[in-house]
Amino acid sequence: MEIPVEHKKMVLVRAGTVEDIPRGEGRCFTIQDRRIAIFHLEDGSFGAVDHDCPHRGGPLSDGIVGRDSVICPLHGWRIDLRTGVVIGQEGKSVKTYPVRIEQGEILLKVQG
Amino acid sequence: MKHERLIVIGNGMAGVATIEEILKKPSPPTITVFGGEPHVNYNRILLSDVLACAKTTEEIFLNSREWYEKHAIQLHPGVFITGIDLDHKQVIAQSGERYEFDKLLIATGSVPLIPPMKGVDKKGVFTFRNIEDTESMIQWAARNDRAVVIGGGLLGLEAARGLTNRGMMVTVVHLMGHLMEKQLDATAGAILKTEVEKMGIEVRLNCTVKEILGKGKVEAVRFSTGDLIKTDLALITAGIRPNVKLAEEAGLAVKRGILVGYHMQSSHPEVFAVGECVEFRGWTYGLVAPIMEQAKVAAEAIAGSRSLVYGGSTPATTLKVAGIRLTSMGDFQQNGADCEEITYADPNMGIYKKVVLQGNRVAGAILLGETEDGPRLLEWIRKGTDVGPFRKSLLWDGNGAQPRPIPVAGMQDNETVCGCMSVTKGTIVEAIKTHKLTDREGIGEKTRACTSCKSCGPLIDQLLEDALGSTYVAAPKVNDLCACARMTRQALRQVIQERQLKSYSTVKESGCLGDCGVCKPGVSFLLSEIWPKDYADERQARFINDRVHANIQKDGTFSVVPRIYGGVTSPEQLRRIADVAEKYNVRMVKITGGQRIDLLGVKKEDLPKIWADLDIPSGHAYAKAVRTVKTCVGSDFCRFGVGDSTALGIEMEKRFEGLYTPHKVKMAVSGCPRNCAESYVKDIGVVAIEGGWEVYVGGAAGMNVRKGDLLCRVDIGQEVLDAATKFLQYYRENGEYMERTYDFVPRIGIETIRRVIFNKISGEPDRLLERFHEAKSAVVDPWKKESRRPVHKRQFSDLTIVE
Ligand code: SRM
Ligand SMILES: Cc1cc2nc3c(=O)[nH]c(=O)nc-3n(C[C@H](O)[C@H](O)[C@H](O)COP(=O)(O)OP(=O)(O)OC[C@H]3O[C@@H](n4cnc5c(N)ncnc54)[C@H](O)[C@@H]3O)c2cc1C
Ligand code: SF4
Ligand code: FES
Repeated sequence: MEIPVEHKKMVLVRAGTVEDIPRGEGRCFTIQDRRIAIFHLEDGSFGAVDHDCPHRGGPLSDGIVGRDSVICPLHGWRIDLRTGVVIGQEGKSVKTYPVRIEQGEILLKVQG
Repeated sequence: MKHERLIVIGNGMAGVATIEEILKKPSPPTITVFGGEPHVNYNRILLSDVLACAKTTEEIFLNSREWYEKHAIQLHPGVFITGIDLDHKQVIAQSGERYEFDKLLIATGSVPLIPPMKGVDKKGVFTFRNIEDTESMIQWAARNDRAVVIGGGLLGLEAARGLTNRGMMVTVVHLMGHLMEKQLDATAGAILKTEVEKMGIEVRLNCTVKEILGKGKVEAVRFSTGDLIKTDLALITAGIRPNVKLAEEAGLAVKRGILVGYHMQSSHPEVFAVGECVEFRGWTYGLVAPIMEQAKVAAEAIAGSRSLVYGGSTPATTLKVAGIRLTSMGDFQQNGADCEEITYADPNMGIYKKVVLQGNRVAGAILLGETEDGPRLLEWIRKGTDVGPFRKSLLWDGNGAQPRPIPVAGMQDNETVCGCMSVTKGTIVEAIKTHKLTDREGIGEKTRACTSCKSCGPLIDQLLEDALGSTYVAAPKVNDLCACARMTRQALRQVIQERQLKSYSTVKESGCLGDCGVCKPGVSFLLSEIWPKDYADERQARFINDRVHANIQKDGTFSVVPRIYGGVTSPEQLRRIADVAEKYNVRMVKITGGQRIDLLGVKKEDLPKIWADLDIPSGHAYAKAVRTVKTCVGSDFCRFGVGDSTALGIEMEKRFEGLYTPHKVKMAVSGCPRNCAESYVKDIGVVAIEGGWEVYVGGAAGMNVRKGDLLCRVDIGQEVLDAATKFLQYYRENGEYMERTYDFVPRIGIETIRRVIFNKISGEPDRLLERFHEAKSAVVDPWKKESRRPVHKRQFSDLTIVE
């Protein structure tokens, strides 16, 4: 017998305020057992991806942020923050999360 | 015998090149030159570099006033000739004054072509032909933001890149379906477009400008489609037209250009013409190389000999845009019956190569992305070489792996090495011998070779190497700072200084960078080195280590290495380190290879607390900065010691601590040549000898093992400090980012380093010291400062954890 798949719900979680992340940097944010790296881009927008680098788990939130990518601090893999794809290693990627700013608060959409 | 009188109209590249050839003849005539521009002769080609901040106007002058005087050439700069009276053999200047000649040389070049459009008289509309154009454009660019370049040929693209370097947002508007259609086919044009766009330049193809709009000053341009785009500057680079007005009015035979025969003589037997203003069998040329060939023939003819014949030239063009390598030559779009194309394309890598064969001879070629084969292909075209036997390896070697090196040794003396300036191998080899030249610059000065597009640089290096053997010192290689910058460190340095840019953000806004992120630390270092006192430190532009002053580990924790000067510590200091290690549950306490103690596995949020508890300055083990100074016990204890290495090492470490450098700098001081502190393999290593000290630089024992080069032998410790300081500052200013001294020292050469940092007459040693002290006085211990006052409330912490 087939077991019906239950669709996971998307939930909004608060991840601090805009001032918590200096412009051009990232910070790590943990929800349940999932770590997510949130970035405050130079143009003022925000982006979020899984925190651990697909190479050897480097902390992406500590990476250098380019216009729309982050460079892992351990061995320099570069990850496109819009798609989560590792640039130059197109087979590898991290998950991305939609971010919304409301009244200065960072709201993150994750599967509950 | 009365000297013959030669008048030259046009003090440009062709006119003066011909004069230079004439001066080589046994009894040159008396020469008078009229130049429409108020300068001595300069290298027009390099105006692109001036616009792109890569050269100053002073650097492009070719012949000084002294040169004209020395050869008794009467120069009338800024004097326009308005008429030629052939019957009386006179030229007429603006003032009405007349000058008599026996022979006349016309070298009036060309004028920019202005396509039919309205509004070209507005302020902010430019052409790009001479120094005045360039300088006024530079001034205008400094005050304005947007530019439209009309015409996507060679000149337009070079200008677009230049204006981008000057901080403008540039759109190139091109009439045709692909860029540089005179030199490229559609495939190459499309790849080039992508490369140009990567530089942040917008390209619009199939587009005509109908009107330039604005009240007095340019505000927008309108296309034939009716579309408008706003702009503050419009540059017209739509081509050139031979400047034939004078000749035409004088009654000489003129079509598109002044018609000349095999000896560069016009329709009048005493009147010759060279350069862009001439037409030879239906051809006109807008490049220097053909002009140099014409100059030799004209000089011969003016001297009364007919032994040289001009038979036309094979044009070869190189785009001088930093970051793009592109050469096109000959007839690349032949489509006759016996024509074939051999192509190789890798658009993603920006590589495209095409050779057009007619029969078994090369008719033309396009090289984009990799241009090493250019000189050889050009030679084959010129000579009509039968390439049938090695067809398979025209673009690649037999294995299809690497492009083959160009066998300069196998070249004939009369083969061309520098295509731009048409200089042969023989001329260069001769000049190396006669003038004892040792570098590209010297060769450029004497022969003009390698002064424009520089693609012959590697060939010239080979010639130098062959001639000089072991005494040859390789020229510094020039690297772009980053793929997104497409600019060398030197060029960026100049922009930063000229425009007083003091933060990463302002450099980025200047348009010099593509903001890929990779070059952020390098640019940050450059800024801090140029403006030690008032550079705006932006943390987002620095590596995580420099944001938290500790070295990141594989698990995301950090290591803490306090400074232990010269490896000398005390019970009290050891006790404090031990206490801290316990208090913060440090995972490992390790004695490092650099004679200090590493606390490993520290959490980011504990860092400021650890620093406060330690109260020892940062060891900068995490930074591209001065690291350790290893010492041995030295003359105080050791039975062999001849110098107090410990004291000198500690003094050195105190003097240099906290300074950032292109890459890490490790030092050592040993008390005798037994060398227990391993001084020979340090970036700066000092060894005590009987009665003095030796200073070595450029040593290494990491990924590379290299014994340092002896910089100097001195008598006292103070002199060691002095020499080390000058070297360190010189490295800070001239090292490429991430270039260790073991690469830097061989690249520059120890002789050159000595010459620069010790030559008192130049004043440079003192200036190096001055700049060092300025940099040092700006150093603050980050641990002290930021344990008290973090730069951001979350400098060391994650976001709140939600459960
Ligand atoms: C701690 C130490 C090893 C030890 O346990 O003894 C060490 C540890 C590291 N070295 Fe080293 N090196 C240490 C002495 C050396 C030495 C010996 C010396 O300095 O006398 C060398 C050879 C000398 C040299 O530098 O030329 C050395 C050559 C390297 C290299 C290769 C550099 C090169 O271009 O050849 C690297 C990689 C790099 O710099 O890119 C490196 C990089 C590293 C890094 C920083 C790797 C990194 O980027 O994260 C290691 C940090 C571990 C950590 O998490 O803290 N380490 N490393 C030593 C610290 C010395 C100190 O007190 O500051
Ligand atoms: C920005 C730029 C980049 C270039 N890059 C390259 C390149 O990479 N490679 C290459 O091969 N070529 C390049 N060229 C083209 C090259 O500079 C010309 O082909 C070359 O300068 C032509 O030399 P010429 O002597 O014929 O003309 P010019 O050098 O223009 O000299 C003509 C001179 O005659 C003067 N003159 C004109 N009429 C009169 C008069 N009636 N009385 C007195 N004086 C008069 C003018 O003022 C001018 O100084 C470039 C040109 C420009 C503008
Ligand atoms: S040798 Fe240096 S870089 Fe390599 S693992 Fe050891 S500490 Fe790390
Ligand atoms: S862990 Fe990210 S690049 Fe290696």
